[in-house]
Amino acid sequence: MTNHPLTCKEILQQINLLIDGELEAELCDQLEKHLRECDNCRVVVNTTTKTIELYQEIKGQDQLPEDVRKRLYLRLNLPEPRRDL
Amino acid sequence: MDRQSTGTNDISLDALRSGSREAFAQLVERYSPSIYRLALRITGNSQDAEDVLQETFLKAMNALSDFQGRSSVSTWLYRIAVNESLMLLRRQKRANTIPVELENDENQDGESETLEIEDWCCLPEKELLSSESRAFLDQALNQLSPRLKMVFQLRDIEGLSIQETADALELTEANVKTSLMRARLKLRELLTGYFHEKLSGRAA
Ligand SMILES: [Zn+2]
Repeated sequence: MTNHPLTCKEILQQINLLIDGELEAELCDQLEKHLRECDNCRVVVNTTTKTIELYQEIKGQDQLPEDVRKRLYLRLNLPEPRRDL
Repeated sequence: MDRQSTGTNDISLDALRSGSREAFAQLVERYSPSIYRLALRITGNSQDAEDVLQETFLKAMNALSDFQGRSSVSTWLYRIAVNESLMLLRRQKRANTIPVELENDENQDGESETLEIEDWCCLPEKELLSSESRAFLDQALNQLSPRLKMVFQLRDIEGLSIQETADALELTEANVKTSLMRARLKLRELLTGYFHEKLSGRAA
């Protein structure tokens, strides 16, 4: 990151927008150009994106346990909807 | 990435307000998994998470007729769940418990000057999502401050918008954005440290 430290820092300040695809077109072009030429920033952006993806993928392992669900409907005194989606 | 906000479009607010049990059961069915995950994340304990889950929907059931509709029903549910979780933690507060306030954590959670640069994206899915890696992901997220943890959980895992996350946690949107960036970079750093070892193991 020694070649253009200011620009790298700026890139990382925009990392949220970059990841969420909310950058204005003009700024986006500049950033994309930088990312093509700067390995370090590209790695940071890619690994941050991958980090988020991994968390989204493992979300499924924390489903509501069946017994917890049953007790919830019991406590709320509601009939359990059928789960045949 | 799926960035759809979690809408309640097809659950009628009028039906909910007028006390329709069917509509309420639909609401429970739709949001109980994410409310449970959030409570589990904050309390770190499945019994507590279950208590929070039940209290959240009981409170919602009793308060629905007063629901103003200034935020969406889902955001309102998350807000109740966050408050219930924090209240429960406060009640159990022992000498060694984590701080339970949504305190401002500016300048914490390492905004380190140097970034670890290691491209571990190329590791096979099998390794990225092994049971050991999954356990590490969980542990890494638990290392964040309560605020960063909750912002990341709601925005990036449950897919709420910035505005919905701000409403649920009663923070400003600017605060959510800052916390989100910190959380993402901190997790990236922790994961880089972890996967770095996997990469060097492969090279050896
Ligand atoms: Zn750069």
